[in-house]
Amino acid sequence: MATISLSLTEEQRALRAGVVEICKRYPGEYWRDLDARREYPDKFVTELTQAGYLAALIPQDYGGAGLGIRDGGLILETINASGGNAAACHAQMYIMGTVLRHGSEAQKRQYLPKIATGELRLQAFGVTEPNSGSDTTKLQTTAVRRGDRYVVNGQKMFISRVLQSDLMLLLARTTPVDQVKRKTDGLSVFLIDIRHLEGLEVRPLRMMMNHSTNALFFDNMEIPAESLVGEEGRGFAYILDGMNAERILVASDSLGDARWFIEKAVAYSNQRVIFGRPIGANQGVQFAIAKAHIAIEAAQLMRDKAAALFDAGQPCGGEANMAKYLGAEAAWDAGNACIDCHGGYGYAEEYDVERKFRECRLYKTAPINNNLVLAYVGEHVLGLPRSY
Amino acid sequence: MKILVAIKQVPDTATQVKVGGDGKSIDTAGITWIVSPYDEYAVEEALRIKEKRGQGEVVAISLGPDRVREALRSCLAMGCDRAIHLNDAAWSAVDTLATARALAAVVTQEAPQLVLCGRQAIDDDMGAVTAQLAELLGWPCAYWIMEEAVDADGKTVRAARQVEGGLEVFDLPLPAVLAAQKGLNEPRYPTLKGIMGAKKKEIKDVKAADLGLGAEPAQLAVLGLEALPPRPPGRIIEGDVPSAVKELVRALREDAKAI
Ligand SMILES: Cc1cc2nc3c(=O)[nH]c(=O)nc-3n(C[C@H](O)[C@H](O)[C@H](O)COP(=O)(O)OP(=O)(O)OC[C@H]3O[C@@H](n4cnc5c(N)ncnc54)[C@H](O)[C@@H]3O)c2cc1C
Repeated sequence: MATISLSLTEEQRALRAGVVEICKRYPGEYWRDLDARREYPDKFVTELTQAGYLAALIPQDYGGAGLGIRDGGLILETINASGGNAAACHAQMYIMGTVLRHGSEAQKRQYLPKIATGELRLQAFGVTEPNSGSDTTKLQTTAVRRGDRYVVNGQKMFISRVLQSDLMLLLARTTPVDQVKRKTDGLSVFLIDIRHLEGLEVRPLRMMMNHSTNALFFDNMEIPAESLVGEEGRGFAYILDGMNAERILVASDSLGDARWFIEKAVAYSNQRVIFGRPIGANQGVQFAIAKAHIAIEAAQLMRDKAAALFDAGQPCGGEANMAKYLGAEAAWDAGNACIDCHGGYGYAEEYDVERKFRECRLYKTAPINNNLVLAYVGEHVLGLPRSY
Repeated sequence: MKILVAIKQVPDTATQVKVGGDGKSIDTAGITWIVSPYDEYAVEEALRIKEKRGQGEVVAISLGPDRVREALRSCLAMGCDRAIHLNDAAWSAVDTLATARALAAVVTQEAPQLVLCGRQAIDDDMGAVTAQLAELLGWPCAYWIMEEAVDADGKTVRAARQVEGGLEVFDLPLPAVLAAQKGLNEPRYPTLKGIMGAKKKEIKDVKAADLGLGAEPAQLAVLGLEALPPRPPGRIIEGDVPSAVKELVRALREDAKAI
């Protein structure tokens, strides 16, 4: 039976302390400087990988730590609560789940131990396309079997960390939509080595925050047939069942951001004296922070519930989606309270508030828009008509 | 070579310390506990000595209540081989001398060639246990160590201690006691594997009776703790520059007696 634990175990506290120790070596200046140059935090990610933290969820048989999703979430949350940006590496934790659950033993033996040591990075996940967006089954990228290879054509949009990854998980259509019974059929997942891959063009996109995101173009890109994960045509289901892990981990990113905002907001509001008293003495300032804190506590409970269900192997689609929703909204509210109480200083780069503000906003939009979380809950949790 | 590292668990450096209800101790509610930073240098150095020599054993030891297990566990996660926890109601009100006596009893049992400590614990900043321990053992001791090198035979250690403007270098015969200063090394943080592996390592619980010790009345008793008075507000001297400067000099000389 799944149970939520209200306190961290000794091991979880040690885990958090270990991550905090690493994060201390990467203060605000580090992230600010990379942000200005839109460069990847390679040193930080390498150090975190070498210390084993990004292999937390890989089973011990494949060289990882075999920990639960709650522990993975704690790692990401701690990075963001320390002022860093776990988005640079969070996908390393969840993308491998698809390979783990649906890959062949040969694929797992070939890749997972190397992902665990950091020799290989698998942190690019190509789903979104310019013409289909949230409507994933309408994606137009095709993979056509030709002998011992597949030939891929099409485009992807907003695919992150492609240039910082050795491997990419790709969702493409292997059977045209007019030849399948359900539109969710005929999609396949591929695990491909993208180093020096011919026919792949990567065009970096300058985004609002430092996120290493790209547009991808596939022009007769040939990949070995062994790249296929699981059965041909069943890719959509494989992607879907990796979503819960992703939602829970992204909720954890948001919780970390939110905690950071609240800590900064409280410290600043206690210390900044205007009209002869700390600004935090004004209800207009204090209540926004208190409200955001309440939202964070609630979001954390939902994240913990989703994680407990996930780790117990029970269905958790509703909870994982709700956790992602609540986390993203709580972080955004906390970000607003934080930037508000900082007045003009909230916009000054050296306070990091504006950077975190930009970073936390993403999770209302990606990996799934909060609108579509509402649509999911309406349909699957409440039994309302499908709205999309 | 066997090395013992004595560590103390202290409140996190970021803690806003509050005086407790009894007026003699701090309020421990909500405190995050850590290994005292100077002790981490000691742990790191012990691990480096072991790694450099390619063999040996590093044992972490601490005296304190149940919560101290977590500090010992984090030393194990850094790489110590095992830990000893001196945990007994008889030690609930120990002073530095009684602490040193308990540690000395363990050192005698364990017979390491080297004991490493931090130069002081960052909670009460006493900095006395190391010297008292060395004295009780009759071993040589050096404080504020910035560098050390154990010779190949494990017979002596060359230690450099920080003094005003430079280093003072000693050769100490082993066994000896050294107290680490900041700068001795950069302590490692635990890897995830280290944290997982620490679960399986031994933390031995030791009572006073196991060491042939009884409850010892503390020779040092804390009579009271007082919070620092709040800092008085600064003063802004108004007026045009020549008269403000004059007033500033007068205030520094007569009020603050700073010049
Ligand atoms: C920084 C960044 C990084 C990303 N990284 C990746 C990545 O690594 N891999 C990847 O595959 N994708 C990635 N994405 C893409 C992201 O997942 C998509 O942006 C997201 O799924 C939405 O798709 P879209 O942008 O095409 O928006 P659209 O689907 O066009 O939607 C636009 C708006 O309309 C709303 N909307 C659409 N349909 C409905 C409906 N039925 N009901 C209510 N509202 C609706 C949406 O909620 C949204 O607000 C990334 C995006 C960003 C911004």
